[in-house]
Amino acid sequence: MSTEDKDVASQTKIKPFTMNFGPQHPAAHGVLRLVLEMDGEVVERADPHIGLLHRGTEKLIEYKTYLQAIPYFDRLDYVAPMNQEHAFALGVEKLLKIKAPLRAQYIRVLFSELTRIINHILNVTTYALDVGALTPALWGFEEREIGMEFYERVCGARLHANYFRPGGVHQDLPAGLADDMYEWAAKVLKFVDDMESLLTENRIFKQRTVDIGIVSKKEALDWGFSGPMLRASGVPWDLRKSQPYDVYAEMDFDIPTGTTGDCYARYLVRVEEMRQSARIMRQCLEKMPKGPVMVDDNKVTPPKRAEMKNSMEALIHHFKLYTEGYHVPAGETYTAVEAPKGEFAVYLVSDGTNKPYRCHIRAPGFAHLQGLDFMSKGHMLADAVAIIGSLDIVFGEIDR
Amino acid sequence: MSVENVQALGEYIEMAMQPAILRKDFIAGELIFTVRREALKRFMTFLLNDANCDFKQLVDICGVDYPEQDERFEVVYNLLSLKHNFRVRVKVRTDENTPLDSMTTVYSAANWFEREVWDMYGVYFNDHPDLRRILTDYGFEGHPLRKDFPLTGFVELRYDETQKRVVYEPVKLQQDFRNFDFISPWEGMTDVQLPGDEKARKQKVGLGLPPLEGEE
Repeated sequence: MSTEDKDVASQTKIKPFTMNFGPQHPAAHGVLRLVLEMDGEVVERADPHIGLLHRGTEKLIEYKTYLQAIPYFDRLDYVAPMNQEHAFALGVEKLLKIKAPLRAQYIRVLFSELTRIINHILNVTTYALDVGALTPALWGFEEREIGMEFYERVCGARLHANYFRPGGVHQDLPAGLADDMYEWAAKVLKFVDDMESLLTENRIFKQRTVDIGIVSKKEALDWGFSGPMLRASGVPWDLRKSQPYDVYAEMDFDIPTGTTGDCYARYLVRVEEMRQSARIMRQCLEKMPKGPVMVDDNKVTPPKRAEMKNSMEALIHHFKLYTEGYHVPAGETYTAVEAPKGEFAVYLVSDGTNKPYRCHIRAPGFAHLQGLDFMSKGHMLADAVAIIGSLDIVFGEIDR
Repeated sequence: MSVENVQALGEYIEMAMQPAILRKDFIAGELIFTVRREALKRFMTFLLNDANCDFKQLVDICGVDYPEQDERFEVVYNLLSLKHNFRVRVKVRTDENTPLDSMTTVYSAANWFEREVWDMYGVYFNDHPDLRRILTDYGFEGHPLRKDFPLTGFVELRYDETQKRVVYEPVKLQQDFRNFDFISPWEGMTDVQLPGDEKARKQKVGLGLPPLEGEE
């Protein structure tokens, strides 16, 4: 470089500038407003502004009975509603010192895993969309819709299930659903294979994801990462294995881990998790015993409709449970489940009344999004988009 | 981790950090320490680095408000040890005016969690690198998760067609917020005097109870 060229270079040095990304941007996965400090096309600092979807869920729950609080959990991570109900149901059960009947536990695990598959389908395919592949999203949403039909058949809603209750699940599986789910759990593997044939060895996909947003083991732990984000960095940690809840202890499944901790590893982990989830679904359906799906205690479980027509006692219980609700003994618990996105937990403080005194929601995406700053530092703007996609963020749970 | 091991761990931590700990609880398999405000950082550093503890992850920080108590806020830290497959909960009490030490130098994850506690409760953290509000609106006033903050908030906003911008107005409720008292007279009310209760009371007067109103 001649001296003249150097002069030109120093004169035309690009001043770092601030760029606003989102909240209305298809790659922002909802309402992420990202303030980026750029040096040319290189990200120097990423400052996510969150809270655009803040609805005050925690405050609202303090004013609702335990039963009325469940629908709020569907609206947190609206891509994986039932896993969150699961955390709340387990927490309340712990305080009430009750345990769901075995059949209900199997149904809950079955639907948690179904949810994991449909969550990962959404994440992986839209992630591919972010980095330029359209077809997986088109294929994936078709498959996801079938999964959501199972939701609809079991609880009447595609998204806002309100199905898991403290003490079990609301209703037993309708006739024929188990067979259809068993069939689908085998068929979905074909979809995963097809999708992999489009992405896993795809040159463009790999160029966009390999070595992008590398998270080391130490960083992943330090930043409170969980779920696929932690496993992709090579930490074999899954609450379903290490702190099994419901009937996960009886399931036979593997925990995939990544080695590189980059966006590609996170993709691979999620793909393998779908296969393992399908495996758990099949095991659930094979082993599922017959029996009740709610605890047999009318101080927690509302009576059957038919019973109410004849029994005064049942009518009183029904009225009391749907107005006042049950009183939960004073105490506190931190109950976590392995949601598709990571560790989803509820910190529940009860003061002995019919409403939670405090219900803090620990959302995995909150911790992951926090790590965006160090993950995207030194990467190109387009890579920041790839990193956001690989975080699997949903603003319902981050903003709460 | 088995119950014995947890208790052993609890006792080990208690032994090592005796002056920092105000209270140790072991409820339903969950180990809880209430620690002194000043010693929090030392205590957390110990939990992170000590080979027998090894709590490598700070999973969560949240606040709880008890307005009737002197130090009304309780800040709760949930830690996880992957090595021992165990969780521990650390609690610290504070009030509106007393700041806590920021844990950001111990655990990077503390950054946003502390911002959330600041936003929701107004607990201030010393030495926090970037203590801004996080979940509420730009320019929001108040700390919404405090028990004395109304559920409806104070302002509502709408788009004003004439001014061509979003305007903030005081909340106008079409009907009063209905908050039913469910502290049921059947279970919760112990001091109520129903007709006939004085009979039960009279027999106990001999035990030194004060006479009821209207009694000679």
